[in-house]
Amino acid sequence: MSIAQYALLLSILVPLGATGPISLFSRNPNLRETATIAASVITFTLVAVVYYSVKHGIEPQLTLIEPFAGVSIAFRAEPLGMLFALMASFLWIVTSIYSIGYMRGHHEQNQTRFFIFFAVAISCTLGAAFAANGFTLFLFYEALTLSTFPLVTHKGDDKAKKAGRIYLFILLGTSVGFFLFALIWTWHLTGHLDFRAGGVFDSSHSRTVLNVLLVLYAFGIGKAALMPFHRWLPTAMVAPTPVSALLHAVAVVKTGVFAILKICVYFFGVDLLASLGTHYFLAYVAAFTIIATAIIALRKDNLKARLAYSTIGQLSYIVLGTMTANAWGIVGGGMHMLMHGFGKITLFFCAGAILVATHKTEISQMRGIGRRMPVTMTAFLIGSISIVGAPPTGGLWSKWYLLLGIVDTHEWLLLCALILGSLLSAIYLLPIVVQAFYPATDNTTEVNEAPLTMRIALLTCSAGCIVLFAVPDFAYELMSNIVDLGQH
Amino acid sequence: MNALTPHLSALQIILPLLAAPLCTIFRLPRVTWGIAMVVGVLCSFNAIAILEQVQSSGTIIYALGGWAAPWGIEYRIDDANAFVLVIISVINVFGILYARTSIPAELSEDRISWLYTAWLLCFTGLCGITISGDVFNVFVFLEISSLSTYVLVSFGTDKRALTAALRYLIVGTVAATFYVIGIGLLYALTGTLNMADLAQRLPEVTAHRTVLVAFGFITVGLSIKMALFPFHTWLPNAYAFAPNAVTAFLAGTATKAAIYVFMRLVLTIFPAGFFANSTIAYLIILAVGILGAFVASTIAFFRQDLKQMFAWSSIGQIGYMAIGLGLATSAGVAASFLHLFNHALMKTAVFMAIGCLFVATGSTTLNSLKNAGKRMPWTSAAILIGGLSLIGIPFTTGFVSKWYLVTAALELDMWWLAALVLAGSLVTAAYVWKFVETAYFRTDSNTTYTRSEAPLSLLIPTWILVIANIYFGINAQFTGTQALRAANAIFGFSS
Repeated sequence: MSIAQYALLLSILVPLGATGPISLFSRNPNLRETATIAASVITFTLVAVVYYSVKHGIEPQLTLIEPFAGVSIAFRAEPLGMLFALMASFLWIVTSIYSIGYMRGHHEQNQTRFFIFFAVAISCTLGAAFAANGFTLFLFYEALTLSTFPLVTHKGDDKAKKAGRIYLFILLGTSVGFFLFALIWTWHLTGHLDFRAGGVFDSSHSRTVLNVLLVLYAFGIGKAALMPFHRWLPTAMVAPTPVSALLHAVAVVKTGVFAILKICVYFFGVDLLASLGTHYFLAYVAAFTIIATAIIALRKDNLKARLAYSTIGQLSYIVLGTMTANAWGIVGGGMHMLMHGFGKITLFFCAGAILVATHKTEISQMRGIGRRMPVTMTAFLIGSISIVGAPPTGGLWSKWYLLLGIVDTHEWLLLCALILGSLLSAIYLLPIVVQAFYPATDNTTEVNEAPLTMRIALLTCSAGCIVLFAVPDFAYELMSNIVDLGQH
Repeated sequence: MNALTPHLSALQIILPLLAAPLCTIFRLPRVTWGIAMVVGVLCSFNAIAILEQVQSSGTIIYALGGWAAPWGIEYRIDDANAFVLVIISVINVFGILYARTSIPAELSEDRISWLYTAWLLCFTGLCGITISGDVFNVFVFLEISSLSTYVLVSFGTDKRALTAALRYLIVGTVAATFYVIGIGLLYALTGTLNMADLAQRLPEVTAHRTVLVAFGFITVGLSIKMALFPFHTWLPNAYAFAPNAVTAFLAGTATKAAIYVFMRLVLTIFPAGFFANSTIAYLIILAVGILGAFVASTIAFFRQDLKQMFAWSSIGQIGYMAIGLGLATSAGVAASFLHLFNHALMKTAVFMAIGCLFVATGSTTLNSLKNAGKRMPWTSAAILIGGLSLIGIPFTTGFVSKWYLVTAALELDMWWLAALVLAGSLVTAAYVWKFVETAYFRTDSNTTYTRSEAPLSLLIPTWILVIANIYFGINAQFTGTQALRAANAIFGFSS
């Protein structure tokens, strides 16, 4: 095995292995958190090693076992998964730092359990990112659902339990009912589930069946939260904020859109996808989701709920980009995965910081809060701009390519949806910042920020949004490897 | 050993049959347990040796007492029943291992030896059903196993165990009668009781309506034995009120033997394609399987007692095996065989874990489970993993079963069936979920709980099966190949 292969395998195993030290040090929080941070740094380094290899044209791969004929648990670092893994492992470091401040500042119970399942969830995310076939992807997808469940129900009260029930029901239901079904069907048609450049289907397969399969995949991957299977995401917001931030803005939901992207590119192939027909139907579903969730977000007063609906909408941008079935749309989708990740995690971090420092959750209570928490609200502003897709943030680039992709389809309604969606996101995000700098009703102006670790984390992420504006090319290069941009 | 090699198949029956009366002579609980254990282990090795022999040198045909078939009784073991025999024998060992601590907790000392006597007889019967190549001999063994099962069930601590046993006795007798009428009709038509012989002669008389009648009688008779919905009525109470070790043993063996015989008779003896060509019969089995899977799982959801809940779940799972059988293709039957193995593993483990719960808390109701996740982490985790396996979560055997069954359905372009099978998982998830919620999330914050885990002697056999459940979920090469060979054996008998 080469170094890159070891790095790839270890990047999945290290977070899993970290659960050992974490539970061992459950009585000594400082050591325990050191273990988490150490694991996250090591994981990111390992992913970076894999990236170095991929960048030089060698895609490390390895097969673990083959449970039954033609179906194996195997990993391969291809560009799309690479991009996802880089983002997830980097943000895990930041989130770990943030969690320390949050969990202690907010006096959460069962912190050891929290950090353990968090690490397991990251392991599952990386497993999904590096999956070399649909079966492996499905395994880690399911494991991710199960490992995040204890995080969603962390609080243990009735509301959390109810949320957990909805969470499991929708995610397991769609994945077993549609996703697994589609996978077995695919296996039945082709005899394997490997992700192959250019797709695994060809003209010998019935168009009708392929259309059905595409729809099954799109709705079966419930983590992508395409309407009407989006309900789990807002309810999952009862989880502690670091969970909402990393898992429900980055790892879990991005695993969903990532899976859709991967299946569209490596099962169907862009050309076949473009000839199917149902991809337009799905693009319209995504467009509808974008507008509908933006309107719902406008009406939500709870900050985390507003961000959750915003997330659903932003995920649909990625689905929309994928379903344009052309190179630009897919490049845009992949880049949006990254850009939205950084933007949204910043916003969630800010929401958590506000909660810890002032115990406020409703937007209407946050008038004047910017004077007390200038750092937090500045970061919030940068995150918002990135979500809207305006300079100087990375969000601009992904929106740019998404636009190119949609223009290429000549579906003007979709274009309108994209623009309207961005406009609406500006309307539901920016007033929060503006309002925050109004004079507060109670005239308190003393600075009262969240703990230092939380500020470090949210500043890092907001800085990331700006850095990605300056250097988006590594993401573009990775994405351009998987699609043929020559047609333009 | 070499001198014994030709007689391995006879040993499988003789050993437990002889050991049963020994138990009544010795009467001491420890000694009788020892006898049962030794016999169980020997029979397991014997069964594995038989499987190896079958794989290396083909079907074993053993004429009992040297009388050649079709006059004498013959044991005929191929890939299909050798596989089932291994399942039954191995589960038996774990059942007995578990019974050592579990039975004294429920039974007074003077009755224990009787329990092991009945147990060994039941095991004899099940082995006999599996390896016999003679339909009447199957009936005899069916009766041996049934009668001893009635006794085993009646050992339960609850008074209702007696009514459960009586109910099983009545229904079981009806089943046996139906079966014997069926084979009587076949005998009248062909003049033979030997399976291989029957398979050769039946094609000549298929035009007779009597064949269809015999088919009907046999199907109904065996459906009762395997507790196929809607002939399942005896099962929930029998499982719920029998001693815990007995439930665990029966769940992994009794219905499995019946399913095997059913497949053997319906798919091997009746002329090739008879079953699949008589569209109605085949659709009925499919429909009954689907209905069973959904209805029984739904009923399981409403049960408040864990043993009842998982007994209903068994009926549902038997429905899935019937679906594979109803497809009447080698992929479908392979899926059934695979699920037979997998379900034996998971359900035995679940019932064992429920027994652990009983030993620790004295109850098996959902209410007694409150906070069990903290009080009894190992027991709860065992039930949880068994439950996840029933749902068909990846990394458990249940997933492999589902995969094979769905593929088998797709092979026939029955995508609706594939969708139904997967939808069935969700119904299963609902009742497993009920357990999870009670065990892990219903906590009374006022009371503090101390650890009260079941003794290791119960946990170890349980967890060996749980780990096997995960192992065969990750590496399904062995079970998958065996199941496919078994299915081919079922279809290849007549040639």
